[in-house]
Amino acid sequence: MRGLMRRLLPYPLMTATLLAVWLLLNESVAPGTVILGGVLSLAAAATLGVLDLPGGRFRRPAVALSLLGLVLVDILRSNWAVAKIILRPDGGGRVSGFLRIPLDLRAPYGLATLACIVTATPGTVWVAYDRRRNTILLHILDLVDEQEWIDTIKGRYETRLMELFE
Amino acid sequence: MNNHLADLPAWAAAIAALLLLAGAGLTLIGTVGLLRFGSFYQRVHAPTLGSTLGIGCILLASMLVFSVLESRAILHELLITALMVVTTPITLMLLARAALYRDRSEGSDEVPPPPSSPDARPPEPAE
Repeated sequence: MRGLMRRLLPYPLMTATLLAVWLLLNESVAPGTVILGGVLSLAAAATLGVLDLPGGRFRRPAVALSLLGLVLVDILRSNWAVAKIILRPDGGGRVSGFLRIPLDLRAPYGLATLACIVTATPGTVWVAYDRRRNTILLHILDLVDEQEWIDTIKGRYETRLMELFE
Repeated sequence: MNNHLADLPAWAAAIAALLLLAGAGLTLIGTVGLLRFGSFYQRVHAPTLGSTLGIGCILLASMLVFSVLESRAILHELLITALMVVTTPITLMLLARAALYRDRSEGSDEVPPPPSSPDARPPEPAE
C-alpha cells in the first residue's frame, strides 16, 4: 500500500502546490477544475521523477511563516536603504565589495531558498557557491560592517532554514 | 469593461494610485542607480528595487482594484510574485557568475580569487 502510494504520489507537496497554482489561475474550485487540475499535477509530479531531483524534507510551517515575515521586513528595509544610496548626490563614502561567508546549511532546498532571499533583498547579490568548502560569495552594495552582514545571513536566515530543511 | 473602473470607490482608487506611484517610483530610482553606479557588481543591485518592492506595490494595487471591483478576493497576483521570487535569482546568478568568470580570466584585482585553488596564487617575487 505504501509502495503504491509512493509510486502514484512521489512528490505530495509538489503535487499539492501545482494543484493550488492551477486553482488560483482558474479562480475556481468547481469540481471540473479540481479534477482536471488534479490529473495535470499528478502527471507533472510523475514526470519530475525522471529528473532525479535531490531529496529533501520540509518541516515546521510555523518557522517558515516567521521567516517569511522577517524577509518581508528586510525587503522593505533594504529597498529603502538602497534607494537612499542611489539618491545621495555624492555616493558618500560608501564601500561595496565581496564577502565570503562559511555556511553550515547543506540541504539543497535550503540553499535555494537562501539564494531567493539574498536576491529578493536589494543590496545583496549571490555571486557563487563553493560546494566543497560550503561557502557562498556575496557582493554587498553597502559593506561598512562585514560582521553585521555575516550575522544577518547566518543568524537571521541560516538557522531558520536549517530548522526547516535539515 | 472600461466604464467598469468608474465604479471604483474613491478610497480604493486613492490607495491604488499611491501604491502604483510608489512602485513606479522605486523602479525609476532603480533605473537611475543602474546609470549612476560605476562597476558591474554595483549596477546589478540597482534594478532589484523594481523587481522586489516595486513590483510588489504594483501587484498589491492590482489585487486591490480587481478585488473591490468584483467584490471577491482576486489572488492571481500572488502567483506572479512567487514566480518572480523563484526565477530572478537564476538570471542574476548567471550574470554575476559570467562577470566573475570574465574578471578572473582577465586577472582583475577587483574580484576575489576562486577559493578552491589556494595554490593557484601568483608566485612570490624572487629576492
